[in-house]
Amino acid sequence: MIEIQDIKKTFDGKPILKGISGKFEKGRTNLIIGASGTGKSVLLKCIVGLIKPDEGHVYYDGRDFTDADRNLKIEIRREIGMLFQGGALFDSKNVEQNVIFPLDMLTDMSKEEKLDRVNFCLKRVGLENVNKKMPSEISGGMKKRVGIARAIVNNSKYLFCDEPNSGLDPQTAIVIDNLIKEITEEFDITTIVVTHDMNSVMEIGDYIMFLYEGHKVWEGNDSNITESNVKELNDFVFANKLMRTIRKEV
Amino acid sequence: MKSIGKYCIFIGSLFVNRERFSTYIKLIINECIAIGFNSLVLVSIVATFIGAVSTVQTAFNLVSPLIPTYVISQVVRDLTILELAPSIMAIVFAGKVGSNIAGELGTMRITEQIDALEVMGINSSSYLVLPKVIAALITYPMLVVIAAYLSIVGGYFAGILTKVITETEYIYGIRVDFNEFTVTFALIKSFVFAFLVSSISSYKGFYTRGGALEVGKASTSAVTNSCIAILLADYLLAQLLL
Ligand SMILES: Nc1ncnc2c1ncn2[C@@H]1O[C@H](COP(=O)(O)OP(=O)(O)OP(=O)(O)O)[C@@H](O)[C@H]1O
Ligand SMILES: [Mg+2]
Repeated sequence: MIEIQDIKKTFDGKPILKGISGKFEKGRTNLIIGASGTGKSVLLKCIVGLIKPDEGHVYYDGRDFTDADRNLKIEIRREIGMLFQGGALFDSKNVEQNVIFPLDMLTDMSKEEKLDRVNFCLKRVGLENVNKKMPSEISGGMKKRVGIARAIVNNSKYLFCDEPNSGLDPQTAIVIDNLIKEITEEFDITTIVVTHDMNSVMEIGDYIMFLYEGHKVWEGNDSNITESNVKELNDFVFANKLMRTIRKEV
Repeated sequence: MKSIGKYCIFIGSLFVNRERFSTYIKLIINECIAIGFNSLVLVSIVATFIGAVSTVQTAFNLVSPLIPTYVISQVVRDLTILELAPSIMAIVFAGKVGSNIAGELGTMRITEQIDALEVMGINSSSYLVLPKVIAALITYPMLVVIAAYLSIVGGYFAGILTKVITETEYIYGIRVDFNEFTVTFALIKSFVFAFLVSSISSYKGFYTRGGALEVGKASTSAVTNSCIAILLADYLLAQLLL
């Protein structure tokens, strides 16, 4: 479980996060949603420690990450897997080398064990026979899959995804979303997904946190998101025609 | 001033919390090939021509019949070892290797590859930058030695082909009054320049913000800043050691 307490962050005098608290449970896909520019990515980066929040704390299963000393920070980081918005695969390494990389760096496994684990993870995300391809030779959706495989290869306890389905067609997007949900439940991981895609919200939202101008204005799940009376949330959820039509019929 | 401070902190961060030694060996060998071996052709061509040009121009300037001809090769030798091989090659090295390093690290930064390393709990600056700096420290002095040799050889052929100097005079000139300290000085300079070029370029690339445009700017400023640092260090070392 990850708990955040009163996270605040200001960039160049402009407050981006204005005190956000919440709890992200284990074995569920937790979503952070909101319009573009509300600070979702900044919040995620505060949680994984790529940005230091001005105020507030992040707890990983009770361990304070924000004020942790160097060793505890590294210990927690080694339990984190992250899928970046653009995949962030290492350009100079092929698919297999990308996925094996965390094992090479962080474990003492033998070469065979590592390869077995890599092939298991690649198979789990639905990729076979692409081990020797370079990142520039595979499609956007495949890059996301490789990114997920790399994020889970070291038995991560925490999985973070920033816009896992941006730039993908609706069908592939849902496949990736469901893959994240399945993996979360299968390996009992604490997963946080940042998205602004309503399809994924309805598809995989076990817990949803809605951000608006740096505040958490709503939290809930995919079944009660359409029934709220928070204006900002409704504007966001019913921004497209399809959702408005559904709303009328219900 | 602020960026010099940031640069010093960056250099410090290379040496804390490093990964396993064996990881570095492999990375350093790869970087030696990328940085040193791949610069060999360029450095050889530039050095040979600089030697040839210095010979011909020195001969052109020494018109007085009172000065013996072997002075030409003596001048070429000292010029090459003291200045042309270590310093001019450093500028060439900054243009090729510096822009390359800044471009590579800048791209890794904007495509979040450096963030990905950080999230894994790897000290990204020491993992990415330390091997480059060490590889530059290993290979650049070698390049300087090769450059100095080729430059003198280039001068030899230019001198003989244009008939400004005979073979025996040239060989006599490069041997007479030879001061070994010039070689030591050239090597000291090459270590300093290698460190400056690799670390400044890495620093510029590592802290790139924004998009593809900024990567291009980072490459350019890596080269210009390296060149300025080389010239400053060149002057300081000459004052201190000569
Ligand atoms: N490193 C930074 N320095 C200064 N400002 C920043 C920085 N990172 C983000 N911001 C600002 O913070 C705000 C929120 O950015 P953020 O990337 O979190 O948005 P987002 O909610 O993820 O949007 P999107 O859905 O488009 O990805 C933006 O206005 C951005 O300009
Ligand atoms: Mg974002």
